[in-house]
Amino acid sequence: MINLETPKKFRPLIGQAHQVATEVLRPISRKYDSEEHTYPKELDMLAAVIEGVNEGGELGGAGAGGVRRDSEDGADEGNRNGSNLATVLSIMEMCWGDVGLTLTLPNQGLGNSAIVSVASEEQLERYGGRWAAMAITEPEAGSDSAAIRTTAELDGDEYVLNGEKIFVTSGDRADLIVVWASLDRSKGRAAIKSFIVERDNPGLKLDRLEHKLGIRASDTANFTLQDCRVPKEALLGDPEIDTKRGFGGVMQTFDNTRPLVGAMAVGVTRAALEETRGLLIEAGVEIDDAKPAFSQSAAAARFLEMEADYEAARLLTLQAAWMADNSKPNSLQASMAKAKAGRTCVDVTLGCVELCGSVGYGENDLLEKWARDAKILDLFEGTQQIQLLIVARQLLGKSSSELR
Amino acid sequence: MNENGNRAGAGDRGMGIALRGLNRLAGSTLLDRIGIRKPFERMVFTTTKSGFRSATAAARTFKAVQKLGKPARQRSGGARDLFDLTPDDEQQMFEEAVRDFAAEKVRPAAQEADADRAVPPGLLAQANELGINMLGVPAELEGVMEEQSAVAGVLVGEALAHGDMGIAYAALAPGAVATAVGRWGTADQESAYLPAFTGEDTPAAALAILEPRALFNPLELDTRARRDGGDWVIDGTKSLLARAKECELFVVAADAEGIGPSLFVLESGGDGLTIEDEPAMGLRPAATGRLLLDRARVPAGALMAEGEPGAYAECVQCSRLAWCALAVGTSQAVLDYVIPYVNERIAFGEPISNRQAVAFAVSDIGIESDAMRLLTYRAASRADQGRGFGHEAALARRLCAAKGMQIGSDGVQLLGGHGFVKEHPVERWYRDLRAAGVMEGALLV
Repeated sequence: MINLETPKKFRPLIGQAHQVATEVLRPISRKYDSEEHTYPKELDMLAAVIEGVNEGGELGGAGAGGVRRDSEDGADEGNRNGSNLATVLSIMEMCWGDVGLTLTLPNQGLGNSAIVSVASEEQLERYGGRWAAMAITEPEAGSDSAAIRTTAELDGDEYVLNGEKIFVTSGDRADLIVVWASLDRSKGRAAIKSFIVERDNPGLKLDRLEHKLGIRASDTANFTLQDCRVPKEALLGDPEIDTKRGFGGVMQTFDNTRPLVGAMAVGVTRAALEETRGLLIEAGVEIDDAKPAFSQSAAAARFLEMEADYEAARLLTLQAAWMADNSKPNSLQASMAKAKAGRTCVDVTLGCVELCGSVGYGENDLLEKWARDAKILDLFEGTQQIQLLIVARQLLGKSSSELR
Repeated sequence: MNENGNRAGAGDRGMGIALRGLNRLAGSTLLDRIGIRKPFERMVFTTTKSGFRSATAAARTFKAVQKLGKPARQRSGGARDLFDLTPDDEQQMFEEAVRDFAAEKVRPAAQEADADRAVPPGLLAQANELGINMLGVPAELEGVMEEQSAVAGVLVGEALAHGDMGIAYAALAPGAVATAVGRWGTADQESAYLPAFTGEDTPAAALAILEPRALFNPLELDTRARRDGGDWVIDGTKSLLARAKECELFVVAADAEGIGPSLFVLESGGDGLTIEDEPAMGLRPAATGRLLLDRARVPAGALMAEGEPGAYAECVQCSRLAWCALAVGTSQAVLDYVIPYVNERIAFGEPISNRQAVAFAVSDIGIESDAMRLLTYRAASRADQGRGFGHEAALARRLCAAKGMQIGSDGVQLLGGHGFVKEHPVERWYRDLRAAGVMEGALLV
């Protein structure tokens, strides 16, 4: 039965997230944008509250809940609205509050998502409940994550990691870093594995924290790994190099996180639209749903267009999450959602700044901040172009060697 | 929208469609599964009991088969809770039947119909046999659906337009009138007009809202209805009506004196009604034309919904959704067509789809057409649940108008010069998809 409304059972969750966003995140939003690299201590209390509220990680940051499809055995035939949908809905609310702060919520890192998604029971026991960041990108390997040069060599009971990692979100603040490294660079992507490294490992050296365009509340760290030794048990997933399965293990995380980034973009977009609607109404602009867009003022027409794109991004994101909840393959829809949400967020937030003039451009309002924050959402977890590539390969039935 | 409080128990869930009209479609999917599809096809698609009737603008005599005490209405489906993108069984069955018909009968006829500005004989009758014009007729009046289902209307429109948008318009236009009468008509209007739509010989009919002027706004009509004695006298011009010359019945939007924008039922053949041909860049199989109203006189009973403004607003929104559905179906047709083309077309020694500039254009068609679909479904589903859907319909309209046009353009672009010639359907879709931002009224879900 086709229905695209938010189910009642998620209302309390959304309500809580909205309250957190309104009462905790918004009031400190500007402060930590200005004071880059200052740790938002207000979030510690929040992290504790969130852990108390739900164990599933639905109310949280970058989807620390991950996706463990352990309910598949009991798969009933009916329609499911589960943790994927809950998570994107709550992320939308949180990022409506502030995306930078949401990204740096303790214990809600992307590394946590990886751990929850692929860790063994023993690893869960050992690393669960701690803040984990994710280190993938290198100076010479961004979107092309198969090209990473960081190596992991087995030496007795330990792996020895060597290489350089950049753009590690919350890298300095987290307790653990999930590091991508190659067991054998001659074997390509199949040899890439992820390793859990303790932040205080002496072989892990913080080079610097980046100064950024946006999401400045969220620290971005660069590291050097120099003979960084981790126990054998720190490898996530299967230690064998299976050239047939290839990238599967590590990339699995991304199938699950793309809709989450889509949700972040949707949240920021909505924040900008709501603020702009208020400012336009103050300026005497009427926005009328019943009238054709072009029978209204240019500002109203533009606003309707932006709202339509917002709704498109939102529904594509919900679709991807709903498919995951119902164990339908959603790689195509996840990338569609991420692509649409990412570009919409940038277009809309920048469009809102233009519509609101100096009010939008100045730091007295948050619109200019959202426009700066927006850009990262069209970059990380796969840029716009990477998403279009994934979508195209799926639609056209092409391999990555045919369509590069 | 009438919320029905006394819904039957859980056993009744999903049984929104009376089996009367759908038995044959149930047979269709069933027969398909057990592999005796061809004989069944012959039965459903080629047995046209009435044959094709040559067009006439002289209205038949619409007469009541039964008298109704009060207007019969489809009930609202009521609120649903869980997020779900799966149509219910009946909707799926319906959609599948229409999709098959669109692929096997509509698409092959589309190019010629576009050139001829006419749907080939028999095709409309066959489409009609699928029940597509009865979706909005209350079950008491021999309709096929117990519940009002904008979603079913959207799925049918989408499926039919995947075959061809212009033929879809021609085929679905009478249903808009039936739905309007079934939803907002008085008891007398229902009993007079609806029986004609549930029989085999469905009249051509048009829901006439659009007027020929720039920046047309359906809430500010140039067409006026003034009171004269006990009658209404209507003046104005309506634009881009499907099969205008054949129409026997019109539902016309006019600014009614003392009431505001309202719907009136007019039979063809009366004084003051003239049809004028109005060919357009697209929708050509629908043989679009204008209706000129020059002091057209109708009795007081021709006014629908007692001029209640909510009814007219709902009508405008539901017709926008219908055009969204057609745009979604046509956009999907573009996507399905360009994929094999760009994969097979070789340039510089390899398929052009190996180039990102080409591949990304395909991605965008995929992304935006899916988005158009989701926005349209959401608004339609809200309508069925008795929730407000004006905002959602407006957003769907905006997206479908903008992206539909873009998809039409990209479809041609991806084929290069080959897209510009009539050897391929993409130039037709380019012309048709522009309609999604232009049309008001004419169709209803």
